[in-house]
Amino acid sequence: MPISATVPWRKRQSVIPGFGMTLGFTLAYLSLIALIPLAVLLFRAAGMGWHDFAALAGDKRTLSAVRLSFSTALLAALVNVVIGLPTAWVLARYDFPGRRVVDAIIDLPFALPTAVAGIALTSLYAPNGWLGAGFAALGVKIAYTPLGITLALIFIGLPFMVRTVQPVIADLEPDMEEAAATLGANRGQTFSLVLLPPLLPAILTGFALAFARGMGEYGSVIFIAGNLPYVSEIAPLLIVIRLEEFNYEAATAIAAIILGVSFASLLAINVLQAWSRRSLGHDS
Amino acid sequence: MTARSFRGPAVTEPPWARWLLVAVVLTILAILLVLPLAVVFIEALKRGAGVYLAALSDPDALSAVKLTMIVAAISVPLNVVFGIAAAWAVTKFRFPGKSLLTTLIDLPFSVSPVVAGLIFVLVFGARGWLGPWLRANSIEIIFAVPGIVLATTFVTLPFVARELIPLMESQGVADEEAALSLGANGWQTFWRVTLPNIRWGVLYGVLLCNARAMGEFGAVSVVSGHIRGLTNTMPLHVEILYNEYNFAASFAVASLLALLALITLFAKSALEWRYSSELAAGRGH
Repeated sequence: MPISATVPWRKRQSVIPGFGMTLGFTLAYLSLIALIPLAVLLFRAAGMGWHDFAALAGDKRTLSAVRLSFSTALLAALVNVVIGLPTAWVLARYDFPGRRVVDAIIDLPFALPTAVAGIALTSLYAPNGWLGAGFAALGVKIAYTPLGITLALIFIGLPFMVRTVQPVIADLEPDMEEAAATLGANRGQTFSLVLLPPLLPAILTGFALAFARGMGEYGSVIFIAGNLPYVSEIAPLLIVIRLEEFNYEAATAIAAIILGVSFASLLAINVLQAWSRRSLGHDS
Repeated sequence: MTARSFRGPAVTEPPWARWLLVAVVLTILAILLVLPLAVVFIEALKRGAGVYLAALSDPDALSAVKLTMIVAAISVPLNVVFGIAAAWAVTKFRFPGKSLLTTLIDLPFSVSPVVAGLIFVLVFGARGWLGPWLRANSIEIIFAVPGIVLATTFVTLPFVARELIPLMESQGVADEEAALSLGANGWQTFWRVTLPNIRWGVLYGVLLCNARAMGEFGAVSVVSGHIRGLTNTMPLHVEILYNEYNFAASFAVASLLALLALITLFAKSALEWRYSSELAAGRGH
């Protein structure tokens, strides 16, 4: 908006009507449904005082639940980089029979209610399930362990990764690759030295989105988790447990931690994208 | 198998590598995504069609279906009106704080579902901000339908707006200015010019919003109280039946939700293929 630096915005009259009405409604609705309730949570967390908050957040069971949510979300997001990158590559670059169906099915974790995903994954990976039985024979227990939590978070996070990276791969201009090939680079060198650097911001964004989602995920996890305190109890579940005890303070403290971690990772994305726009000199 | 656009051998992978990569990716997706979906239907129908239909015609299941539809029928239209108003304000005018507003509209997506439920308990719950006043006036919000509607509206708030904002941004204001200069008033311009331009975008947003509204679990679970026949939505009913080891009935209700997910995916893809130029999502946003 180059004009806005010189002309005050009020002076530029738009001929289009409805500014006051639509902006007023937008702000009122957003405040009532989202901002005021969220502010109540933040005020309540802030109103506890640092000492009480630290005591609640430092509770052993809370700490182990937060640590479990953090580590499983991190691991799942890493696995999603490994699975999501080739998936996005194949969908953006290759034509094969059924590509459109495969492309559509990527969004299944967005569309399938989390509780349904949860019971389906549990029945698959339970020790007597189709896949769980095979793993059990090898001595690996998936359902009712942190491994099962990670699996559910991989399921939930995959579309974030694919949908962030896929359009960037599709927009890559072939001239850089051609130049690299002309200069004698093989395909592997071209990928890691020429293609990977411009994809990196998108990969990190997908990673952060999947991680932030995994940190707060509830429905798909609680069925497969086992929910054993100190072992397989995730932070969102502990919020529910504290609420059932009418312990609003403890629930608020855990919620503030989850929100803080999610917001921090999303803030990191914005900083990263601003940085990559500056250093690569283009909008992507 | 060919590369999607013509590429010389130096700038694509050899055919064997392409086939191998596709095979690996398809195998992973089949195990990770398709198998869980298949399991829902197989488990639902394992005991035969009689058990399946009995589970679905159970009064508690029917009342869960009804409540889910009522909640979606309130939340989705609210968020459609909000999405259109927000997109109109953000894309047709310039004002300070615009990018902050766009960020705030997306905020509910980065809030854990459980936290989304919790914030309404902190406002309306028995020990919440307005709790004593609500009790004095015997108004029930938490552990009642209004709380479920509020939590659902919160988690689905951004869907329509985030589809329409980039779409209307790219369409600009020329059509509206032309209509106004020809003597149309504001509402005529909206109904006859803007709305036809954005109808597929609205539908796209409605599809995603509705799927989430009907399927939301975490936020609704916190505010619902799980009262059978009264405050049980379909996803909550799935959980209750599952925890009672009534797996056949649980998967039967779950299969309805899975069917909704499939219909949503199909309609969404159909919109992306046919009307990609009239959707923000179809252009890789």
